[in-house]
Amino acid sequence: MPADAVPPDALRFSGISKIFGGVKAVDDVSFTVGAGEVHCLAGENGCGKSTLIKIITGVYQPEPGAGMEIFGQAYAQISPTQARRAGIAVIWQDLALFAEMTVAENIAFETMLGNRPRAVSYARLHQVAAAALARLDVEIDLDARLGSLPIAQRQIVAIARALVSDARLIFMDEPTASLTQSETDALLAVVRTLSARGVAVVFVSHRLAEVLEISSRVTVLRDGKLVGVFPTDGLTQSRLTELMTGTVIAHDVMARDTGDNPEVLRIEGLTRAGEFEDISLSLRAGEVLGLTGLIGAGRTELCHTLFGMTRPDRGRIVLNGQDLQLRSNRDAVAAGIAYVSEDRLALGLIQPQSIADNTVLSVLRQITGAGGLLSSRKKDATVSHWISELAVKIGTPADAVSTLSGGNQQRVVLAKWLATRPKVLLLDCPTVGVDVGARAGIFRIVRALAEKGLAILLVSDEVPEVFLNADRVLHMAGGRIAHEWDPRQTGLPEMEAAVYA
Amino acid sequence: MTGLYRRLSAAFGPEVPGLLGFLVLVLVVFGVFAPNFLTGANFGSIAFQLPELGLLTLAMLMPIISGGFNLAIIYTANMAGLTLAFVLKQYGGVDAGYWPFILGTVLAIGVGALSGAVMGAVIAYVGAHPILVSLAMMIFLRGLGEFLTRGGDISGFPAWMATLGHGTVLGIPVPLILFLVCAVLWHILLTHTRHGFSVRMIGSNIRAAGYSGLHTRRTLILIYTLSGIMCAIAGILMLSRFNSVRVGHGEALLLVTVLACFLGGVDPFGGFGRVLPVVIALIVLQVLSSGLNLLGANQHLSTAVWGLFLVGVMILRWGAGWISERRRRGR
Repeated sequence: MPADAVPPDALRFSGISKIFGGVKAVDDVSFTVGAGEVHCLAGENGCGKSTLIKIITGVYQPEPGAGMEIFGQAYAQISPTQARRAGIAVIWQDLALFAEMTVAENIAFETMLGNRPRAVSYARLHQVAAAALARLDVEIDLDARLGSLPIAQRQIVAIARALVSDARLIFMDEPTASLTQSETDALLAVVRTLSARGVAVVFVSHRLAEVLEISSRVTVLRDGKLVGVFPTDGLTQSRLTELMTGTVIAHDVMARDTGDNPEVLRIEGLTRAGEFEDISLSLRAGEVLGLTGLIGAGRTELCHTLFGMTRPDRGRIVLNGQDLQLRSNRDAVAAGIAYVSEDRLALGLIQPQSIADNTVLSVLRQITGAGGLLSSRKKDATVSHWISELAVKIGTPADAVSTLSGGNQQRVVLAKWLATRPKVLLLDCPTVGVDVGARAGIFRIVRALAEKGLAILLVSDEVPEVFLNADRVLHMAGGRIAHEWDPRQTGLPEMEAAVYA
Repeated sequence: MTGLYRRLSAAFGPEVPGLLGFLVLVLVVFGVFAPNFLTGANFGSIAFQLPELGLLTLAMLMPIISGGFNLAIIYTANMAGLTLAFVLKQYGGVDAGYWPFILGTVLAIGVGALSGAVMGAVIAYVGAHPILVSLAMMIFLRGLGEFLTRGGDISGFPAWMATLGHGTVLGIPVPLILFLVCAVLWHILLTHTRHGFSVRMIGSNIRAAGYSGLHTRRTLILIYTLSGIMCAIAGILMLSRFNSVRVGHGEALLLVTVLACFLGGVDPFGGFGRVLPVVIALIVLQVLSSGLNLLGANQHLSTAVWGLFLVGVMILRWGAGWISERRRRGR
């Protein structure tokens, strides 16, 4: 921007409050975003981020006394239409696109709304869509069906659509949650392009590394209140976590030496064509073995084979000295292997069903009483034991598990598997969708389980997680094990450099 | 009143108090306006009519809770009835004794189970949608049945079989006893066994259920096999009530069973549903139809009222949900 034409701030909101049923969801918050700035809105789930975004986009009306200014123009009240006209667009996590329509239609359909033109001009749709993608320096086949694209490209389509409606300020809600590292990098490049062309971006993300990399300032909310606005220069991940949670979280390497413990699981030359090659590893009782690598490195595929969901082409799985031939995951559970899936929403829990039912799902035989009928006494005892053992915060066990927060849901998943008394616990990205504050709680549980002698394979695409919480770290790349590290000897920067190389 | 509501909800599920309210309302309205409504004869006829529809509804209920559907219930029932009829015909027809009946019953239940097991296996291993699989089975059974009977009726069974369809024990109609026994068994199966637990979990999310170690394929096969067995029981009852079998007997009941399930609060998307509210819904439907009948209304009109009734219940449930949401927010 030339210095002689300083544009007004994209947003100047002050004194914003919103009360729901007597609870202040947002309490006297100010929020300012400069024109073309990349700004981050950070805070744990329930801190008021979504409510604030909905007030800015006109979905909710704030309590009286709020000052609202968009691109230099003051508003007494904002409707969703006004917000859109003023150039504000939101890209929610679900993207709100049409899977069955083409890329061009998705990007440019708004130009065909209203009375004119009465007929849809596909030539014009193409033109508009191509122009929008060109502004992002991206190429996507305009005639591809949206549903056939990977999620990262759909996101770009959503951004292009916002540009078509002349957005000058784009909110992105957790845009990188389901992207691989290279896709994330591509998205961040698009965000930089937008910013360079004068479009401001407000980034909402749980991934702190990204937040610090892309944004120039970060606004932190906690319990509906403004903690402050901080420049990202010189801000560290741990400091940002402290600001978000209000507590100091220990960031020490937890690694211990478990070399004297008996070996529980040994894998020799395990191979499944196209997924992983020649994997050998050994896991001892009480050990937390970290496994990191990019998405697509074969980590989850390896877990699936160890859990009996898929058959290996070659190699041995030895549990407590005995060769395992797993024909299904039921065999794996019976042998003492438990698997916490990375996809808690679709695979980890049965969301509409109750907390109690989800807890006993894996141990129906344990709660079977006389005559082969389920015993509600045994069920209640099992449920309350694990709820208190793992300190799950719930209303009543009969509530749907979907009513719980991410962290508490993950505890229910752990309860379900610990009830099977496993010898080996496979944790596949156990903190996906879990608040920063609640992550520490999950890792405390992991550590306590290891102390009791459980052998744990901790898979994560966030290198710091395995660096801090594992006793040993394996790096998987292209389906093979590339490195083995001891976090007490190898530093985090070295690990990250190798993983993200 | 609210205390009673809560206790009923807690014990039998949130659907029961509302449905009981509906039942009382219907009884009062017809009691006032319809002559001969509150008589033993009327309730006796309700008690004889209910079980056929009831057994077929139970056969539909378990697949729906599992997130599926069984369109083949009517033809499975009649195919089982035909099986029994063939055996009876083979061993003397009108003069057939008890042994042919027992043999025929076993074979009929076997036919029902086989029809269900085949559907269940295709659904479990091929992954085809239950609506498609059961549609195929329905059309196959109809064609097969019409081929075997040349589209006509089979009749001429021993006179003592009328006891099953029309007799009473201690004043209670035999078909009603049969239905109540089956309903209690179904209730126990769905709420107190590992199978019933698995049915609900599969209905909500079959992949997550599989990841948690449930044997989803075996459960699916068992669901449709049990559904087929229940159809066979309904088929045997229908045979003894009409004293004849025809492939198309009771065709109109197919979607009424679905109506009864949804009235009884079964989740159309699977995962939730109980036997007791469905049984009460069945009683309400049957009482509605007999009341209208006494008022001199046409049979078709009572079908129309059933449809309105379902819409009414859906609106009331939506309203109740809206009110409780308001209360929750207001607090």
